[in-house]
Amino acid sequence: MSKMNLLQAVNNALDIAMADNPKVICFGEDVGGFGGVFRATSNLQEKYGRDRCFNTPLVEQGIIGFANGLASQGSVPVAEIQFADYIFPAFDQIVNEAAKFRYRSGDLFNVGGLTIRTPYGGGIAGGHYHSQSPEAYFAQTPGLKVVVPRNPHQAKGLLLAAIRDPNPVIFFEPKRIYRASVGEVPDEDYQLPLGSAEVVKEGSDITLLAWGAQMEYLEMADQLAEKDGISCELIDLRTIVPWDIDTVVASVKKTGRLLITHEAPYTGGFGGEISAAIQERCFLHLESPIARVAGMDTPYPLALEKEYIADHLKIYEAIKQSVNF
Amino acid sequence: MTIHLGILFTQRIHKNNEEEVMTADTKNRAIHSLRFIRGDELQIPTYKVLKQDGTPYKGAKLPDLDKHTALRIYKAMVRTRVLDERMLAAQRQGRLSFYMQSTGEEATTVGFAAALDDEDMIMAQYREQGALVYRGFTLEEFMNQLFSNERDYGKGRQMPIHYGSSKLHYMTISSPLATQIPQATGYAYGQKLAGDGKCTVTVFGEGAASEGDFHAALNMASVLKVPVIFLCRNNGYAISTPSNEQFAADGIAPRALGYGMHTIRVDGNDILAVYAATVEARRIAVEENEPVLIEAMSYRLAAHSSSDDPSGYRSKKEEENWASKDPLSRMKQWLLLQEWWSEDEDKQLYDIDRRDVLATLKECEKHPIPKLEEMITDVYDVPPPLLKEQLEQLKEHIRKYPEAYPKTAGRLDNE
Repeated sequence: MSKMNLLQAVNNALDIAMADNPKVICFGEDVGGFGGVFRATSNLQEKYGRDRCFNTPLVEQGIIGFANGLASQGSVPVAEIQFADYIFPAFDQIVNEAAKFRYRSGDLFNVGGLTIRTPYGGGIAGGHYHSQSPEAYFAQTPGLKVVVPRNPHQAKGLLLAAIRDPNPVIFFEPKRIYRASVGEVPDEDYQLPLGSAEVVKEGSDITLLAWGAQMEYLEMADQLAEKDGISCELIDLRTIVPWDIDTVVASVKKTGRLLITHEAPYTGGFGGEISAAIQERCFLHLESPIARVAGMDTPYPLALEKEYIADHLKIYEAIKQSVNF
Repeated sequence: MTIHLGILFTQRIHKNNEEEVMTADTKNRAIHSLRFIRGDELQIPTYKVLKQDGTPYKGAKLPDLDKHTALRIYKAMVRTRVLDERMLAAQRQGRLSFYMQSTGEEATTVGFAAALDDEDMIMAQYREQGALVYRGFTLEEFMNQLFSNERDYGKGRQMPIHYGSSKLHYMTISSPLATQIPQATGYAYGQKLAGDGKCTVTVFGEGAASEGDFHAALNMASVLKVPVIFLCRNNGYAISTPSNEQFAADGIAPRALGYGMHTIRVDGNDILAVYAATVEARRIAVEENEPVLIEAMSYRLAAHSSSDDPSGYRSKKEEENWASKDPLSRMKQWLLLQEWWSEDEDKQLYDIDRRDVLATLKECEKHPIPKLEEMITDVYDVPPPLLKEQLEQLKEHIRKYPEAYPKTAGRLDNE
């Protein structure tokens, strides 16, 4: 075990993946000698050479197009998009190409080796072009897996699983807690399952569901609610697509209440999808309407960021409303 | 006038070595009087070897092409022509939903493939069936895809003409334009690391070259030094948009220079020019790890697709002019002059191909479509639980209304 922050855990996972498989190749803007603007790829070029860890020109559609071709050739590309806010020039290569590569060829070809790493989320005074959480855009694209870790231990295990998963994976890294989140991380190679949510804490009155950096606010809200005598069950969804519906259903059938929180705007957020699916399956078990605590339907603000964030106090209020419905 | 092939590949401009950082005003390149370089200063010539009567241009050096390969090329061109004629007719009869012909461009689409190693990767656009014919894709394989039957490698998921073959190293076609171009750069990068001496050729139209993916791909290929050949089929039209409304420059070939890349323009109806240029481009790509751009000048004699009618945007006279430059007749004339081919053999070849195409068509259009279960395979390596649940719901629905879904109702797998 070592104490690591989330960035170090990502770096450690990449290091292990590259040592383990010579076909793993890391690239993106500033990823090479500099080690990435957040330093997630530090020392990888030094260790594995310029052929396997390198800078690309500044062209997101090119980075993912290149990565798709490389994956179809049998390599295992780990492409970095510097900020999730800048993933949109690559939208076509992700949605029309990566996601459909295996399907459209009847499995003659696939880009299963592809992993796209990208920092997402707000709370860093980044304004609307360094704060977005675009996971829902990709959630409606069959063929992709979408994964978001909540802490260093999760980041390492999920990233290793993503790199080795035989499907293209978008791995959203919560940049607000890149350095703030520190924890014990096993030194060895390990993987955590994709498509599987984790019950982080058991409870009986209400199920609280989130992913990524939002889990921190969820835990803070839970501590407030606990003082009021409310017993919360906390679930980290971990994989947005394909999401672990069974774990959420089992929890809601037990607690009778569900609160979902995400950083992304309320309308069209993945919380809406979860809410709809859970009411279809748990209608007669629900004691109150499913609550959603999300970003407002505006571009991500700068000066008013603190007010905008779906923080622990907003979640705490929604917990009380749900329990007292 | 002809120019020797060697000088048509532009000389590589001075490139700083890897350790140096390029700056815009190095001392030895500074000027002190104001002078713009005009946008039309550079005009790229067209490399031609064969005249339409099958004789070489004066001074033209013919590529080293043996009889066996020459006949393999010609037979692939004829089969492609016949396939296109018959399948468009089948579409007009309502037997096929859609088709795209490559008529007039066979010298380019067959010629480049002939110049490659058969294990080089081809990542094409959608009008390169000639390359597949050359590599040995069978009529049955074509028909299975065209009719979306259960033998289609693509399991009936893509519109007609979206062929693919892993064993022939031909990437499955994708409708979005130009997406295959940066993918080819990535594929070739993997080939370079593998050190297997193979390259990738990606083919696209002059219209697709307007897409951002084209520019991304060329720049990355030059920077990362990968063995990829970018082959542009400049056939004059992107559906109805003529090339003079697509770009203001001297075609596509000069764009390579902006990326520090070798480039050449060839007569795309001249089989020997296309072949020779691709052989040399492949040598550069594989031996020097340098990308190359080839612009093949041709004309789309047919409509864009079976859904298009060119009479609305171009003249009969223009079409007739290009029909007189038919690449098949040019190659045939050359073969006749070599005494490698005869008119009798030619007639027989067309007859046999027509008969075989029709017979295969009749056979393959009868096969059923893929089973319902194929709806959810290959989305992921294994279907996720929610998707399996959706399939079960669909089956239950089909069992309730079998008459509404006659192609699958009687063939559902038992639980």
